[in-house]
Order: sequence, then C-alpha cells, then structure tokens
Amino acid sequence: MIKDILIKAVDVTKNYGDFRALDKVNMDVARGEVSCIIGPSGSGKSTLLRCINLLERMDKGAIWVDDELMGYRREGNDLHEISDAEISRQRRRIGMVFQRFNLFPHKTAIENIIEGPVHVLSEPVKEARERALALLERVGLTEKANHYPSELSGGQQQRVAIARAMGMQPDVILFDEPTSALDPELVSEVLDVMKDLAASGMTMIVVTHELGFARNVANTVTFMETGKVVETGLASEVLSAPKSARTEEFIRAVHS
Amino acid sequence: MTAATDSPARADDKYEIAHLKLVPKRHIGRMVAAAIVLLLLAGLARAFSVGQIEWSYVRDFLFAPAILDGLVNTLVMTAAAMSIGIVLGVVIAIMRISGNPVLSSIAIGYVWVFRGAPALLQLMLWFNLALIFPTMGIPGLFEIRTVDIMTPFVAAMLGLGISQGAYTSEVVRSGLLSVDSGQYEAARTIGMTQMKMLRRIVLPQAMRVMVPPIGNEVIGMVKLTSLASVIQYSEILHNAQIIYFANTRVLELLLVASFWYLAVVSVLSVGQHYIERYFGRGSKSIRASM
Ligand SMILES: Nc1ncnc2c1ncn2[C@@H]1O[C@H](COP(=O)(O)OP(=O)(O)OP(=O)(O)O)[C@@H](O)[C@H]1O
Ligand SMILES: [Mg+2]
Repeated sequence: MIKDILIKAVDVTKNYGDFRALDKVNMDVARGEVSCIIGPSGSGKSTLLRCINLLERMDKGAIWVDDELMGYRREGNDLHEISDAEISRQRRRIGMVFQRFNLFPHKTAIENIIEGPVHVLSEPVKEARERALALLERVGLTEKANHYPSELSGGQQQRVAIARAMGMQPDVILFDEPTSALDPELVSEVLDVMKDLAASGMTMIVVTHELGFARNVANTVTFMETGKVVETGLASEVLSAPKSARTEEFIRAVHS
Repeated sequence: MTAATDSPARADDKYEIAHLKLVPKRHIGRMVAAAIVLLLLAGLARAFSVGQIEWSYVRDFLFAPAILDGLVNTLVMTAAAMSIGIVLGVVIAIMRISGNPVLSSIAIGYVWVFRGAPALLQLMLWFNLALIFPTMGIPGLFEIRTVDIMTPFVAAMLGLGISQGAYTSEVVRSGLLSVDSGQYEAARTIGMTQMKMLRRIVLPQAMRVMVPPIGNEVIGMVKLTSLASVIQYSEILHNAQIIYFANTRVLELLLVASFWYLAVVSVLSVGQHYIERYFGRGSKSIRASM
C-alpha cells in the first residue's frame, strides 16, 4: 500500500551558531494521520515544527507539503529562495497552535477566527462569520464569540486558537505543546477538541508530553533527542514496546 | 499547645473592637502644604489685580478676529506638522526594525540628523532654502522658483514635521518592540504578509504603548508651532505680537495667547483619554479602571 504522504521532511538540519538544534531529521506524515512528537526539553521538537511552516529557516535539507517544496523553487540544480509573498502563501496551508495561545488580544474570539479568512483569503465577512460561528460551536464556545481573550480561561483561549487555525482550512495543523501552559483541570477540554479534530480526518503533528493522548489518538509517534530522531513508528509499538533504550527510559520518566 | 487552648478563653474584650469608632489618620503635612499653596495663589492674584494689567484689553482681544485667525493657523500647523511627524515616524521605525541593513542605516541617520539640530534652526533652514537652491524641479521637465513654494507655512510644516518624525519614530519603535514575538508568529502563521501583519496585528497593539507619548508630543507641538512666528507664519503668538507692537499692551496680549494655548491643550488632554481607552480594548488593566 502506498500512503499518500502530505508532509515529507528530508535531512532537515538547523544550527544556532555552533549549536545543532536539528540533525538530519527525516519524517513522513500521511494525509489524515495524527503524528505525535515526544522527547525531552531542548530536543528540537519546536524547532522542527517551526521549520515546517518556515518560521525558522533550515540550514540543510528540505520539506515538502503536498509535494510542494517549502521555501524554495527548484530550477535545474539550483534552489532559489522564494519571495516573502510566496512564503506567506505557503504558510496559509499550515495551521499552528502555540503553547502560549498567541491569540490577538485586541480582537474578540470571533474576530480572531475571521482575521485570516477575511484579510488573508479575502473571504466575504458574512460567510467567514458564519463559518467562525460553526467552528466556535464545534469547540464549545458559542457564547464566548464576542469576548476578548483576556476574558477567557486558558483552556478556552486554546480552543479559540484551534478554531482560528481551522478557520484557514489548512492541509495540516501543527500543535506545539498545546496543553503545557494550562492548569491540569483544563487540559482535557483542549485534548477533547483535538480528538474530535483528529476523528474528522485532519492531518495533525502534535508535540506533546501527554502520552495518554499519543496512545489513544496518534497513529505514529516519533521520539527525538538532541536534535535527532531516535525512534519512529506506530504509536502502539513505540509507546508500549520501544526498540530504543532511551525511548523506554523517557516514557518511564514521563509516566512516573 | 497551651497557648492555643488559652487564646479563645482570653477573647473577652481585647478582641471585641468591631464597634469602636474609627478615627481617620490626620494628614498634617498635606494641610500645611495646601495652606501655603493657597496663600501663594492669593498673593499672585493680588499682584495681578494691582499690577499694571488692563483686564479690559484681555477681554476685548480674547475673541478678536486676528487672534482667532491665529488660533486657527496654530491648529492647522499642529495638525499638518504632527501628521507629517507621525507618518515619518511610523515609516522610519519600520525601516529601523526591518532587518534590511540599507533601510535601517537610513533610519538611524535620519534620527541622528534631525534630532540633533534645534527645531528653530531647521525651520529657518527650510525657509531660506532659496539661498542655495534658487529653483527646484526636474531638469528639462519643470522648474519652479524656490521662494514661491517655500512659504512660511510650507517651511514651518517641513521643519516642524520632519524634526518631529525623528522623535516619533523612537516612540513607534518602542511600541513595536513592546508587542510579544508570539503575535508576530501567529500573524505569520495565518499567512499574513509583513505589511499586513504590521497594519492589522502589530501596530494596533503597539498603539496602546504609543498613544500616551504621542499625545504628549501633540501637546508639545501646539506650543512648538509658536516658533513659526519667527519666519512670519501668522499663528496666534505672531498675531498677538503684531497687535501689541501697535497698541503696546504686551502683557495683556500675551495673556490672551496663553489662555488659548491652555484651552487647546485642555481639550487635547480629554481627547487623549478617549483614544487611550479605544486602543486599550481587550486589555485587562484598562477595563478594570473604567
Ligand atoms: N533562537 C534560538 N537561538 C539559539 N538557540 C535556540 C533558539 N531556539 C532554540 N534554540 C535551542 O535549540 C534547542 C532545541 O530547541 P527547541 O525549542 O526546538 O526544543 P524543544 O524540544 O521544543 O524543547 P521544549 O520541550 O523545552 O519546548 C534548544 O537547546 C534551544 O536552546
Ligand atoms: Mg518546544
């Protein structure tokens, strides 16, 4: 069976000065797949996500999204950097949910969601609002549509942030530790929304320490350490019967 | 242990003070200071009333057409110079943080030059531009005599506006730096271009930090326009001077001008409050104080 690969990362390498944050990372994510990335702090998980949506420029390697090379245009044997406008266009297809939500504080929940559709995708305001209301209903926040982020709990803000990402109708949504900044009792409401999103067939790459979520929802799990992929495979296999001793050690440490 | 069991027993009258009368703290220092200030004010008022001031002149000239014309010209110049200052300030600040070495060098050079020379001097330089460039234009296409364009109005507007831009750019820059980097990333993530991100996400948030100092600068500009009197622009101080040259009522006319400056600044201060409230929307601290 040939899987329909949506995201393909080949030998992605990223240096900060002398420090190698990513070291020849390879990764395939199929369309509709939920892929979790786990690993200790500083292992390069965020950096990898940020390379995928071009928030960071990688030093070596390449990333394709839906067979489109990110950040460059190939002409024969040369790779040309693409223009800022082209980069913006490529980013539209990749949603991102941040650890610290990063909602626009001067806009209400619904304004946050329609900002991209109306001002980037030029969708009519009326249609965008209707879709936004449907999204708010989906994340259970219909009655908070006209509230500012400062009037919402962390869990509610993160659900609005997920709705904002969905509003762009992206091919994939990247999650960078979406529940790490939340009080423990708010974690599950966000994970439930993500579960629902996964069930609807959205392709997701999720950096998380929530191994329960990884076990129940993810198709594949990748374990990273010091900028390298140590192990990758089916979620059940990596989490229950890891091949690498380091993976096993990490999973045991997170569980205890 | 014994102490803990003891204390409820001793809770007879020592802890029964809820019914006692509260005597507020006396602010002796404040009262003394207020008394001194009142005394000084009374003395000042007396000095003005027995001084050689003909209050009838103040009253008569307060609404004199020449004074009101001057007031309008002062307001027009404030608006014009400040508009130039703000537009230049935003452009220069964006150039400065753009990461483009050419643009940021230009921005740094601009601030260095125009913040370095007194506003009055810059005004006079523009006004006297004809001395070095008798004509301006594109050779072969059109040409115009510099004295015809460099009217007092244009010279004052350029001199004040361009030097203001140097100050305002620093205010805008600090506003841009005050916006969390996560906001820039979130805007990029939904596919915004650099310009759209600045216009729709970053600047509106930076405004919250920028409005108070810019309000300050507008108020400063109202008074700075009086420099234009030096190059014969008919703002309020210039017109007051023309009148007192004729009738020698110097102090009376200066009081008239002071009254109007104070009135304009008061109105602007109220306006600033409302603008601050608008740009503070969605922010906790502002709402708590409303
Ligand atoms: N802008 C930067 N400049 C220098 N070093 C950086 C920068 N960003 C990240 N790094 C370094 O790169 C390494 C990988 O960082 P990254 O944020 O990707 O880790 P992470 O796996 O997401 O960790 P965490 O679980 O703590 O979020 C870290 O050692 C970090 O210090
Ligand atoms: Mg991280």
